[in-house]
Amino acid sequence: MTDLIKMTGIGKSFAGIVALQDASLAIRPGEVHAIIGQNGAGKSTLIKILTGVYRRDAGDVQMNGTPLAITTPREAQDAGIATIYQELSLVPLRSVTENVVMGYEPRTRLGLIDWKAAHARTREILARFGVDVDVTRQLGSYSTAIQQLVAIARAVSLDAKLVIMDEATSSLDDQEIETLFSVVKGLKASGVAVLYISHFLNELYQICDRVTIMRDGQTVATHDVAETTKLGLVSEMLGRDASEIQAAGLTALSGGHGEPGEVLLEAKGLRSKSGLRDASFTIRKREIVGLGGLLGSGRTEAARAVFGLDALSDGQVRHHSGAALDTPAQAIALGMGFLTEDRKADGIIPHMSVRENITLALLPKLTRMGAVDRERERKLVAHYIEALQIKTSGMEQPIRELSGGNQQKVLLARWLALEPEILILDEPTRGVDVGAKFEIQSIIRKQVADGLAVLLISSEFEELVEGADRIVVLQDGRSVSELQNPGITEGALIGAIAHHHERSAA
Amino acid sequence: MTCAGFFRPGGHSFGVWVVLVAMILFGLLRYENFGGAYNISSFLNYNAMFIVISVGMCFVILTGGIDLSVGSVAAFTSVVAAYLSPYGIQVALPGAVMAGLAIGGLNAVFVVLMRIPPFIATLATMLGAKGGALVISGAQTISIDWELNFTKLGMEKAFNLLPWTIVITAVVVVGLWIVLERTSLGRTVLAIGGGEDASTMMGLNVNRAKIFVYVLSGGCGGMAGVFLASGFGAGQPLEGVGWELSAIASVVVGGTLLTGGMGSVGATVAGALLLGLVFNILNFENGRGVISLSAYWQMVIRGGFLFVVILLQSHLARRSKGATQ
Repeated sequence: MTDLIKMTGIGKSFAGIVALQDASLAIRPGEVHAIIGQNGAGKSTLIKILTGVYRRDAGDVQMNGTPLAITTPREAQDAGIATIYQELSLVPLRSVTENVVMGYEPRTRLGLIDWKAAHARTREILARFGVDVDVTRQLGSYSTAIQQLVAIARAVSLDAKLVIMDEATSSLDDQEIETLFSVVKGLKASGVAVLYISHFLNELYQICDRVTIMRDGQTVATHDVAETTKLGLVSEMLGRDASEIQAAGLTALSGGHGEPGEVLLEAKGLRSKSGLRDASFTIRKREIVGLGGLLGSGRTEAARAVFGLDALSDGQVRHHSGAALDTPAQAIALGMGFLTEDRKADGIIPHMSVRENITLALLPKLTRMGAVDRERERKLVAHYIEALQIKTSGMEQPIRELSGGNQQKVLLARWLALEPEILILDEPTRGVDVGAKFEIQSIIRKQVADGLAVLLISSEFEELVEGADRIVVLQDGRSVSELQNPGITEGALIGAIAHHHERSAA
Repeated sequence: MTCAGFFRPGGHSFGVWVVLVAMILFGLLRYENFGGAYNISSFLNYNAMFIVISVGMCFVILTGGIDLSVGSVAAFTSVVAAYLSPYGIQVALPGAVMAGLAIGGLNAVFVVLMRIPPFIATLATMLGAKGGALVISGAQTISIDWELNFTKLGMEKAFNLLPWTIVITAVVVVGLWIVLERTSLGRTVLAIGGGEDASTMMGLNVNRAKIFVYVLSGGCGGMAGVFLASGFGAGQPLEGVGWELSAIASVVVGGTLLTGGMGSVGATVAGALLLGLVFNILNFENGRGVISLSAYWQMVIRGGFLFVVILLQSHLARRSKGATQ
């Protein structure tokens, strides 16, 4: 069978730094093909060459056996290659219809846009996905899941032969992912190939036929997914021995071994407008407390309430010092930190350097008589770059140039530099590649061994099960049960969540 | 969005229509000659140039850009029109508009090809066009012979119906409204303001659309220069100061986002009419002899009024949003 797309010997450098070297990729018609690899492995560069965003320095691209010369995104679209980027591929201010038909609008005989036909076509395509929305409304007024589906609708309306999905599920909940997967299966059934990029290995096994692994700008291997194991894939991605990884566990947190200390914080019967009804838990020194539950169960809300971000309508948060804890400023003064879920919106300041981003919250402490103690600042920053193995060309490099995993490490460093007693981590490894995830988890574990208390929120069961010393299971804003490590299995956690759901349904 | 008319109830530009209608009603009830043919015609005649530059500005702002040069362009092109007037309207009008398009083209080169931020680039052409107008006119108003057909633009009626100035303005407004709402180019303009990178990724011709808006705005400035020259019977190198700000105000009052991506031609026209009406009504009020406000005070009142309308606008927009969700 001829490959739909065949890329061979692709090379690309940016300002002398090699991003791709002899990379290759072959996609068959109508298959779902995954690309995996750590951040910086060259996945996005390879895809951007295919979609005309970058031009290759070397190599050959063929479509159905004939050479393909694509230099702009438009040419790629016209050739039948549609891309759904994680972000910035749609215009949220404009209507759903406009986002689907933009650039390819149906025309009336006068050459003007035929809005009636455009709306009808958009409605018809979305209906095929089981989505029924008002297509004249602003795209931005709909959920991320709908927006993703609209992006796919655009691809379908352009008669794409290949749909590239870059981290398509990273901001969707389980049910939305199900819908997305059924759409992917539908595309496949109608002969459209899908190139799927994801950090979640589980997804691969659910919908992908073949997988290509990349590392350091090169293609390592391509396998049939059915013939691979998760461990094998991870070892190929990291370039490490499988047995070595197995010994360490798939995550580096491994909870339940330390001896927790005294109670630092006690939350009792929390109730808030944000959705908490009756949540109680304690956090002790030297332990990681996980908050488990489905999306909307009140995990983030509980953390926000403890940090003084949301007002309580009932219940109380008691700090061991006896001091009041009603505002984030008080929380920080009491030695608490909160690494939020959305690092783009709440965390990094893109134009500032790594150094400035690390010491932002610390400046008051570094200031002596109105001037920042530069020497101490530099020493501190150097220490964290070293300790957290932040990959940067220097502490003055703007943070926006770092990969997602390294940005996350910088944020972690920002909080650790404050030497907190309690650190709240909301999805600390989301959108971070497997290698950096591993590193971030070991840093956290090490800090905990030194006395830090962590409140961990994660939608990955694996991270919770292996990482937390205890897991407090939340459901509809109530804490319903508590599991103790060692001994928690993914099955046990899912069971605990499901069990209470059944009971509440009955 | 299908029947996206000039009037879009419940939309983000609802407020401007409400206030416009209220002001017209107020004027009609309070002043005898407010609704008279003479007042309407002279009001539209005078405000035609502001409407035209506001609509051009609207396109630029929709892409997330800005064009500070329009006032100077109008001054420059009014001088060009005055010099060309002896050859007749058929030469002077296209000549002045071409001059405006050329300056707009220069803006496009700066902004699109050389990637200079629009604020800076158009600030430069604003100063340049201003200087150019003073140089070619010797800093004097260039008077136009009243005998020439050029000055008839604001008086002679097209098809015995309306003065040419108003007809031309209406054609420009309707034409650009169609471009924005019903053509791919117009949609691209809106998409760029909503996300330039996303538009590129979608394969839209971003550069072409951006070049278009700056050239268009220059052309609108040129048209305004023609109206200026014909209305006053002279090329006016010293006029046009602050016009760009009035135009921006009209666009914003019309509910267009300054960051781009959302807005409409109709609401911009309403915004321009509204700002003009404030002066018109104050003139009538002065005419009643009860109070007497100087031009300076009128400006202060206009500023305060602008503020109130924008507050109302955002209040209504928030409420209509709350209702649909």
